[in-house]
Amino acid sequence: MKIKAQFGMVMNLDKCIGCHTCSVTCSNTWTNRPGTEYMYWNNVETKPGVGYPREWENNDERKGGWHVKDGKLQLRAGGRVSKLLNIFYNQNLVQIDEYYEPWTYDYENLINSPEKDHQPVARPISQLTGEYMDITWGPNWEDDLAGVHETGKRDPNMRNLDEQIKFEFEETFMMYLPRICEHCQNPSCVSSCPSGAMYKREEDGIVLVDQDTCRSWRFCMTGCPYKKVYFNWKTHKAEKCTFCFPRIENGQPTICSETCVGRIRYIGIVLYDADKVLEAASVEDEKDLYEAQLETFLDPFDPEIQKEARKQGIPDDWIEAAQHSPVYKLAVEQKIALPLHPEYRTMPMVWYIPPLSPFMNALGGQVDSLSPDVIFPTINQFRIPIDYLANMFAAGDSDVIRNVLEKLVAMRSYMRSVQLDKPFDKSILERAGMTEEIAEEMYKLSAIAKYDDRYVIPKSHREDAGDMYAQQGSGGFDFMEACRSCMGGNQGDADPMEFYESGFWRELDEDSSKSV
Amino acid sequence: MSNLDIFFWLVFPYISLTIFVLGHIYRYNTDQFGWTAKSSQFLEQKRLRIGSTLFHYGIIFVFFGHVAGILVPKALFDFFGITDDMYHFGAIWFGGAAGVAVVVGGFLLFLRRVSIKRIAKNSSVSDYVALVTLGVVVLIGFTNTVGYTATGGEFDYRVVIGPWMRGILTFQPAPELMANAPIGFQLHVFTAFVLFAIWPFTRLVHVFSLPLKYLNRRYVVYRNQHTHDLSKLKKRKEFH
Ligand code: SF4
Ligand code: SF4
Repeated sequence: MKIKAQFGMVMNLDKCIGCHTCSVTCSNTWTNRPGTEYMYWNNVETKPGVGYPREWENNDERKGGWHVKDGKLQLRAGGRVSKLLNIFYNQNLVQIDEYYEPWTYDYENLINSPEKDHQPVARPISQLTGEYMDITWGPNWEDDLAGVHETGKRDPNMRNLDEQIKFEFEETFMMYLPRICEHCQNPSCVSSCPSGAMYKREEDGIVLVDQDTCRSWRFCMTGCPYKKVYFNWKTHKAEKCTFCFPRIENGQPTICSETCVGRIRYIGIVLYDADKVLEAASVEDEKDLYEAQLETFLDPFDPEIQKEARKQGIPDDWIEAAQHSPVYKLAVEQKIALPLHPEYRTMPMVWYIPPLSPFMNALGGQVDSLSPDVIFPTINQFRIPIDYLANMFAAGDSDVIRNVLEKLVAMRSYMRSVQLDKPFDKSILERAGMTEEIAEEMYKLSAIAKYDDRYVIPKSHREDAGDMYAQQGSGGFDFMEACRSCMGGNQGDADPMEFYESGFWRELDEDSSKSV
Repeated sequence: MSNLDIFFWLVFPYISLTIFVLGHIYRYNTDQFGWTAKSSQFLEQKRLRIGSTLFHYGIIFVFFGHVAGILVPKALFDFFGITDDMYHFGAIWFGGAAGVAVVVGGFLLFLRRVSIKRIAKNSSVSDYVALVTLGVVVLIGFTNTVGYTATGGEFDYRVVIGPWMRGILTFQPAPELMANAPIGFQLHVFTAFVLFAIWPFTRLVHVFSLPLKYLNRRYVVYRNQHTHDLSKLKKRKEFH
């Protein structure tokens, strides 16, 4: 048994309001440099839709991730020899236009235009060529289902669904899907990099690109089935979500989580057995991948595991953090969080609680007289089709989704009865496989969602690290001189961390009566 | 032999090779971040496809052709019973095909670089210098090969340029050999050494990064804060 600790995130999709705050704060922190304009390490998609980059989920064409061939786990885009033979031209590279061509506006014209009959306008200018351009696609082009009657048909999650009906106005449905790099347990991006520039951090599982070692071979971009490795077209190097490791190492949540308006995000660690990963990723039937991944996670309460973890050098405070980890609770104990597209076999570590659809609506007026025979069948008629969610979170296994939705519904009816002091039919909980305690805990974690419960982040033990000065640049972006001046270089000595350390956002959580 | 000959066929090659070697060492130690293939496939790939593939495979073949023709002494071929006719047949047909691939591919890449706005706007001076110099070397070399075939191969570079080059590399220079070579070959050799001198300061350094290690590496790479190769990183920092 090789025990490793791994950071994970859970997003509760019921609470995402699609505000894009996460994308903006991430972008301001990490991708405000030339060559990165088009990148959204964190992006929020409206589903159904083709997403960003277009049709990233269509891995029959994009060739991201792994598949099992001849009983062995292999990179879908081709193995080592095929990579070296195709190094001069990557057959499966997704072009920048599939993300979008970055542009700015001719703002000068608004100020300098001579007097004319018409108002001056700021025409869009391509940041690639510096010339005027017509905008035909852009970030969040499909926001809130814009144009989905066209693009939605190419959403691979619509397979096996009656599309015709679902895109009729009265029938249509939508949900938000915020996405970051999954910091996979079995990352195909790392495995695709011929230079060994991409790596997974042994201590916490964060996947990074060594900017000094990257040689521009661009196979990582093809290798990642979530299309979360980006190409900086100015520096010619790969860049990706860093899980905000400088913050994480100091016990702070990632910037997307810290600023999340819906407070949908959870961060914690899990302990897992690295020796089991390959086997788990290679199971024959795609539908078994979810359970197989769960099986790699280790029980942090088991004294044997604790002993072994300590022996292998995992610090005590990390073991404790694993016990309090919201990720472990939501994924393993409550089993309401699911991995995104487990069928890609990278064993992703950002998991999602599927959305419930407008719940009261589906039940008509009968919310208070709920019996199991009323509410459970309703789940099948929810606005967001179960099969759609299953294609996204369970490799098409709709039973998995049904199970989670039953739990969410049962928790809600239970808490409603508790708070309104109404009688409650306990068989609802039983049928969903829950107890009252679990329902309470689910409620606390998902509805109250206190800051300290959402983020259980053990600090990194930097005192044990080698010469940190020598490591400078191997994971971050300290070479970006230009960036220093653009990030408030003119504003004197303002401390950018001040804001976070003041506990500004935390105040809300201090007093539970003020919490939701 | 004039002083000019001594400069061209003795002094300059050594200056060029010195810059080549020291330049690479210096750049490798100070500019890992700039050491890349500078791929532009992300911005444009339709035109890149044929150009890049032809050019790269062609040039690899041409490289090995040069090794066989220049660095391997003729005597070795004789020893293995490879006759002049066999050698020439290979050099002309395979070498010629590779040459055509390089010329056509390189030309397509050149056209792409100047005509596609996205690429043209994002090309640096060093990209153009490398491309044009390489183009000149290749075109002259290719013309020589074609001319050589047309004239029935009266000039055998294997007994002139080969020994000269081996002399340079083994520090037993014989500039007089080159001084008497035909002008076409002289130009090819001279421009090639110009190319070697600018090589370390252009994108051409990616040639030395062909990631053969990948072939027997485990797929998932882990790095550890305690043990990962600090000494190497540290050295790099100290160089600054
Ligand atoms: S999601 Fe992240 S870790 Fe997983 S394959 Fe893609 S880039 Fe790599
Ligand atoms: S900030 Fe939070 S609520 Fe807003 S879009 Fe991002 S994940 Fe959703």
